[in-house]
This record gives sequence, C-alpha cells and structure tokens, in this order.
Amino acid sequence: MTLLFDGRLVRPGWVLQVDGLDIDEDVTAVVGANGTGKTTLGRAVAGLDRLERGRLEIAGTVVDDAAAGVFVPAHRRRVGMVFQDHRLFGHLRVIDNVAFGLRRAGADRIAARRRAAELLERVAVDSEAWNRRPGSLSGGQRQRVAIARALAPEPEVLIVDEPLASVDSSGRASLRSLLGESPARHVILITHDPVDVATLARRVVVLDAGAVASRGSVAEVTASPGCEWAATFLGANVIPGRAQGTSVTTGGGLVLIVAEEASGSVYVTFPAHAVTLHRDRPAGSARNTWPAELQRVDIDGKRARVHLGGPLEVRADVTRRSADELDLRPGLTVWASLKATELTVVT
Amino acid sequence: MNSPTGVQAGPGTAPRPAGQLPAALTWVGFVALGLLVLPIVGLLQRAPWSALPSILGESEVLEALRVSLVVSLAATAACMVLGLPLAFVLARRRMRFPRIVRALVMLPMVLPPVVAGTALLFALGRRGLVGQWLDSWFGVSLPFTTAGSVVAAAFVALPFFVVTVEAALHQAGDDLDEAAATLGAGAWATLVHVTLPTIRPALAAGTALAWARALGEFGATLTFAGNFPGRTRTLPLETYLALERNPEAAVAISLVLMAVALAVLVTLRDRWIPR
Repeated sequence: MTLLFDGRLVRPGWVLQVDGLDIDEDVTAVVGANGTGKTTLGRAVAGLDRLERGRLEIAGTVVDDAAAGVFVPAHRRRVGMVFQDHRLFGHLRVIDNVAFGLRRAGADRIAARRRAAELLERVAVDSEAWNRRPGSLSGGQRQRVAIARALAPEPEVLIVDEPLASVDSSGRASLRSLLGESPARHVILITHDPVDVATLARRVVVLDAGAVASRGSVAEVTASPGCEWAATFLGANVIPGRAQGTSVTTGGGLVLIVAEEASGSVYVTFPAHAVTLHRDRPAGSARNTWPAELQRVDIDGKRARVHLGGPLEVRADVTRRSADELDLRPGLTVWASLKATELTVVT
Repeated sequence: MNSPTGVQAGPGTAPRPAGQLPAALTWVGFVALGLLVLPIVGLLQRAPWSALPSILGESEVLEALRVSLVVSLAATAACMVLGLPLAFVLARRRMRFPRIVRALVMLPMVLPPVVAGTALLFALGRRGLVGQWLDSWFGVSLPFTTAGSVVAAAFVALPFFVVTVEAALHQAGDDLDEAAATLGAGAWATLVHVTLPTIRPALAAGTALAWARALGEFGATLTFAGNFPGRTRTLPLETYLALERNPEAAVAISLVLMAVALAVLVTLRDRWIPR
C-alpha cells in the first residue's frame, strides 16, 4: 500500500508541484531548505489544505481529486500530525489531550484515559505531569505529549513536522525509537536534522523550490541529492559513539575530541566540507587527526566527495582542484583532520 | 540667546528628563478624573442608607426589578444565541466587504439609543418594514410589549458580545481546530470540545458586557417599547420617573444599578482593565 501524491498547491509567491510521488510503507524523511514546501506537502496529505490540481491517494483510497470534486476532510483521513508548534489544547489536562482522539473515535472516558496513560508512559512523560495543563510543561515535554496525542488514534499515516527540534537531549533517543516502531504504515518526517534522517528514515524525498529534486533510499539520495542544499545536508557525517567529557570513542576505536562535554551514547555530526585532507601528517591546531584509507572519489561539478574508510567511515568534500593537486585516488592513505569546533554532539 | 537651539541653557532651563509630563497636562488629567468620579460621590452622599431596604421593597421598584431581570436576561440569551454564530462568521468566513459588515455590526454601539428605538419602530412596528408581516401573518406585535423591550435591549447589547467573542476567535486562530481535525474531530466536535472551551473567558466577558448594557438600556426601550408598569418599565425607566416624585427612590435604584455595573467590571478585571 502506498501513498500517492500527484498534485499542485498554489501559495502566495510560490507553487508546490509534485508529480507522481509514491511514498512506501516506511519511514520517509521529507527534507529541503526553508520554504521549499515540506510543511505544505504534509498539510495536503493531512487534509488541512486542498489540492489545486491533481490527486492524492492513501492506501488505495482517493482522498483528494480536484477534477473529480473528491475531498475527504482531515478528520476522516486517519492521518495524524505532530505540529512543529505542538498545538496542545490549553484547556485540557495532558492526559485528556492524549485521550482526545480516542474520545472522538467513540472510546469512553475511562478506556481513553487508560490508553492515554500507556502512551504517556511510552513517551516518558512523568506521571506527575499527567493532570497538569500543557501550558506549564517544558518544550520537550510538550513535544512528547504531542507525539503521544497523534499516535493515540492509531493513524495510518503519521506526519511529524520537525520531530525532535524541541526535545531535550534525554528524550531524543526514546522518541526516536518510538517513532521508529510507530504502528502507522507511513511515517513522514519533515526535518532539518541530519541525525533524524540518519537514525530514523529509510527513505528520503528532497524538495527544492516546490518540486521533488530527488527521492529514494537514504543511500540513493545521498549519492544523488538533486540540489546543492540536499548535497550538503545529506553529506553530513553522523557518527555514533560513546562520550566521556570532551572525548567520544567511535565504533572503530578512534577517539574524537569535541568542544562540548557530554556523556553516554551520542551522535557526532559534522558537515562533509569540515574535513580537511592531507598527504602527510599535518601539524596544526586541529584536535582530530587520523590516517584514513581513501575508498572512492565522486566528482560532481567543482566538488569532489571523498569516501574514507579505516577507523572511521567519513565523507569529505574538497574542491576538485584540491583533489587533483593531492592526486587523490582509491587505495591511497591520506590524513584527515577535523577541528573540534566543527563537531556537534547530539545525545 | 533666544535661539531655538538653546545651546546656552541657564539655570531652570535644563532639559526635561525624558518621560516627564508638562504640569498643565497632569492637572487637566486630574480634572477629567474628577469629572468621572464626582457624580458617583454625589450619588453616594445622597444615599438614604437606612431607608434603602424599604425603598427597594416598594412594589413599583420590585416590579421594575422583575421586568428588568426578565428583559435583560432574555436579551442576553438572545445575544448569545445570535451573537455566537455572527462572531464566527465575522472571524472565520471570507466576506466581500468585511469592513462594511464589521461597521454595521458595531453601529448600535455608537448609535444614539433614541435613534435605535425609532429605527426599530419603523422596522418592527405594526406598520414597519417587517412588523406589518409579523402582525398580519402571525398576529405578533412587538412595540409596547415585554418582547419589544427584549428586542430593543438585544439590539443595543449584541455588538458588545459579538465584538468580544470575535476578537477572541481571531486571536485563537484555527491552529487548534486543525489539530482537532487531524485527531478525528469533525466540525461540531471541534466547536464543542476545542473552540468554545478555548474562548471561554471571552464568552464570559461578552455575556457580562451584553447583560450590563441590556440592563441599563433606556432610550431604545422607551422609544420602541414604551413605559408600561409591569411590562416594559425597567429599572432605568423607573429611576427616571422616580426622580420627579421621589428622588430618594431614584438614588436607591441608581445605587443598585451602579453596584451591578461594578460587579461586572470586577468580573472583567483581567480582560478590560490593564494592570
């Protein structure tokens, strides 16, 4: 069963035109720079906006077809949404926010609350907060409540707009696993965060200027991102490791020095262009230097993307000229260096 | 020396600290405040405190009180039933001439009540635009009846409710309605379980304002519904009549109406009186 989006929406100043996009039953990340239509796409799938033209099909049912005059309203679509600004009901207690969808589906108050309590436990919201109003919660807690609320009516499609943007670090890992095992057939993540893509998504859709620039599995789209923004975004290195103070030990045994202190299991991210390559062991201020085996060089215009193996699988972007000057070719051993300040630690 | 740039500032001509007011402005301001407070003081110093219970217990006063309560509560109910849909239409529907429609809704707030009463007479009177059909088809005649008083009071009070509720709807936006829709709530469920509870403070404020306005209504009621004891003679009309024959009664009723107005203000304190 797939979700088929083949339509057009007109917004003041720009147009979203998506032709024949089929989204499989999986976790799909929709990425793109600001204002490229990610949220608009999500709103159309949810039924909050109508297509100007074209059609939208969810699991074999046409839910929007401008020409045929078909439009299934949002409340009959079984598409859940976690909004970027959460949109919790301020007049309801936390537990009743989560129970809201169940109540609308006909569950009685007690059953709805019991299920809501289970979900709140799974998203790790402290039971002390269940009877409070959402206004008194922290941004991270609010986001978790919003996720629990969207999951409660067991939607076929779950759209999460910037899923982990405001979650405090302690909750990110558990939320990631929760979204990963979500019962929804389709999970659509609208995201700005390379870590979300690397850790959650199996497929990626890249939007650029209101159109699909690239799509496919994460590996496919990373290899052929379709636009400059996505090349940088998906080129970002996301490396798991264990942090202790400002040292992070990666899987291959290499220890990376980072600027911020952290502890426990973390992801270290850095853009591909932050990596510098040398033929000889460099002497400089960069805290992280290691010898790496050069596996492959992909030339794309003036940019060369170098894939390094060895203790750390890393992508490095250099100019094509540098690649020529350094005579980079597979099999070579080069030195990679990385300033600690270029590394972001995500817990 | 008298140059407008005033570089050579001597003693006493030092530049004013920013934010300090000219003395004259302060004084006029206090005079204005006195203008607002003085009538209340006048009323209080003439208040026949000891005789208050017996005056307010007089049959005319009690009758006027009953009429006032019936009329003002019925008018408030009408404002809620009619005003809520109107507020939604104004806040949520795209209209062709929104500013004109909004001005029409607010007109009764600025219209002289006597004009309102006259207008109602020519619209709903026995020979009025709509009134003649009400009369010949249903045998309903509004002028000079309690129902007429309710119509007059509702006419002047409606904008207070609508404007208050519309502002709240506007401020709330439709973000929460959208969230409710993605959780399976249809239009009615969203209205009942999300929108109305969200704007509940504004509903209360609008109701209190409309009720206060309806309770105090004088001009439109007198013009459209007349002044019949037990039917259309409300407390404000009774006050005006009492002024001739029994000033103490006028003061007593005025005190009651003022107490009600104060109570409404206290109810609205957070919304209408900035801290």
